Amino acid sequence: MIPTQEQTESVVPEERIEIAVRRDVPDRIYRGVATAAGFTTLALMALIGGFLLFRGASALRKAGFSFLTTEMWAPDQGGDFGIGAVLPYTIQISLVALFIAVPISIATALFITQYAPTRIRRPLTSLVDLLAAIPSLIYGLWGLFYLQPRLITVGKWMGDNLGWIPLFKASGPAPHSIGQFAASTFVAGVVVSLMVIPLCTSVMREVFAQAPMGEQEAALALGGTKWGVIRDVVLPFGRGGIIGGAMLGLGRALGETIAVTLIISPMFVRQFSIMEQGSNSIAALIALKFSESNANGISALMAAGLALFLLTLLVNAIASVIVGKGRSGAQTEI
Amino acid sequence: MSTINTQSTTSNTSQTSSGDQSIIHSAGEVFIESPRGLSARNVSCWFGEKKVLEGVNLVMRPLEVTALIGPSGCGKSTFLRTLNRMHELVPGASLAGEIQLNGDDIYRGAMPLTEVRRHIGMVFQKPNPFPAMTIAENVLSGLRLSGLKVDRHERDDILETSLKRAGLWKEVKDRLGEPGRALSGGQQQRLCIARSLAVKPQVLLMDEPCSALDPSSTRRIEETVQELSDTITIVIVTHNMQQAQRVSKFCAFFLAEENQPGRIVEADLTAKIFTTPRDERTNAYVSGHFG
Ligand SMILES: Nc1ncnc2c1ncn2[C@@H]1O[C@H](COP(=O)(O)OP(=O)(O)OP(=O)(O)O)[C@@H](O)[C@H]1O
Ligand SMILES: [Mg+2]
Repeated sequence: MIPTQEQTESVVPEERIEIAVRRDVPDRIYRGVATAAGFTTLALMALIGGFLLFRGASALRKAGFSFLTTEMWAPDQGGDFGIGAVLPYTIQISLVALFIAVPISIATALFITQYAPTRIRRPLTSLVDLLAAIPSLIYGLWGLFYLQPRLITVGKWMGDNLGWIPLFKASGPAPHSIGQFAASTFVAGVVVSLMVIPLCTSVMREVFAQAPMGEQEAALALGGTKWGVIRDVVLPFGRGGIIGGAMLGLGRALGETIAVTLIISPMFVRQFSIMEQGSNSIAALIALKFSESNANGISALMAAGLALFLLTLLVNAIASVIVGKGRSGAQTEI
Repeated sequence: MSTINTQSTTSNTSQTSSGDQSIIHSAGEVFIESPRGLSARNVSCWFGEKKVLEGVNLVMRPLEVTALIGPSGCGKSTFLRTLNRMHELVPGASLAGEIQLNGDDIYRGAMPLTEVRRHIGMVFQKPNPFPAMTIAENVLSGLRLSGLKVDRHERDDILETSLKRAGLWKEVKDRLGEPGRALSGGQQQRLCIARSLAVKPQVLLMDEPCSALDPSSTRRIEETVQELSDTITIVIVTHNMQQAQRVSKFCAFFLAEENQPGRIVEADLTAKIFTTPRDERTNAYVSGHFG
């Protein structure tokens, strides 16, 4: 019998289907392995965080909230200690690095994906990736002996001429002595930027390369220039990749140890100027102090390590969310 | 971007000039060439070493719709893309022959590449509005891309007329600020047409513009095409025989025989192609016997 209108509209209790998925064995094994691997990573993170918290606990209990504000480091003698200056320096060095690395990375990634002839794209890509494989110690040495003597003239010029800007301020009257600008946040930031560029570039390159061909052709067919295509198609598409790449670079920069350790002359009092001698970073602090610390000192260093760990975790988490968003934008192509 | 390699071949086109009208004999066809149209002479195309088109002669008359038909892979899209210099975007692609817009060679002439593309617009198979832009920004994007400076008043004017000509104005006039991707597929395609029209092209190339659309959207696009042909020259690739008959005045049948590059078998008035074609292969194709 064909149901009439009334019949279909009469109240039939709707029973929703229970969605049950039956997985076969290979699928179950794969799921198991993948899940285990995922949880291992998480467990590892928790383990490291827990370890730092445990070892740093006594120092944190002693210093309390002032750990984040105190601008001195004398835990071994039972004195005050804190990262009130070291943390801002760490961030400053990283921001200097990003300020230099991000534009260069965007330009490099655009060149590789948009302008470079097809046959040199791959070699160029490997070359940039190769830069990431150079040990940071080498960057540090090169930065110290080759770059620094050249960079301090920049610092001096800025100090002499732009000293009224707090960021470039140099103490004492102009003209300043050149040595005043060595071992600064700026020099360390430039060297760190060299290490960040390959990382940022490869993230951005990958995203730019996925810019939908259909939209690029549409832009060209309207009489657009290459630059027009980049501005109206590639960059809007790659926005997530740019921000994500920069954040990943930031994560890398925050943790950079050896190059910064080689370059800076450690300082525990804050100064806003990035040009003048004296800087610091949590990683460099730990590397420098570790061998000469007693139990109190070690605990304080662990606490500093915990701060760095949490900061990088946060930055990387934000980065992956943003990069993920960028990717899902890529799927809008029909 | 690869540089185009315009290989020179000797023209086998016999040509008689009478005033500013010349007659081209192509595959036995006779067209009166008006100097204002788009014309292809002896065009051959390669992808790398593979030749996919050979000796194509076709005059696309001004303010008329010319349809390109033929089986898949015979080179219709390739030919269409030579007409606004999109072919050369493919790495390794090259071509020979000559393409003229209003009598000026678009490859060797003085007109810059971006100007060529602005004068000869293109609508693609898949609707491809810019996703980061609103409806209005999409329509006006060509002005920005091709560096045309217009004042605010003129912009509003261009926005409205372009959308009206594309038959989309009524549907979107209250939602110009919404993203272009919020429209239906058919509306997106008309948005793409409006976007092409905004830079005031003389010719509009369309590569199977309805193949991703439902029948009623297809109908709307066909109506749009016919209205547009009063003011603009249109070249349309289609696999739909009824569509070719409905919208076009002239029609060119492309065919690539086995291991051969594509050629034009026959080009004539659409009515003639579909009723009394000269070539047996054309007859077989339009009556649905192959392809
Ligand atoms: N980018 C490319 N690289 C190499 N060969 C190509 C490329 N694009 C097309 N071809 C080849 O050129 C020939 C013509 O292709 P074209 O896309 O012009 O055909 P078409 O007539 O438009 O077909 P369809 O009706 O399926 O769209 C085909 O043999 C195809 O394989
Ligand atoms: Mg095609």
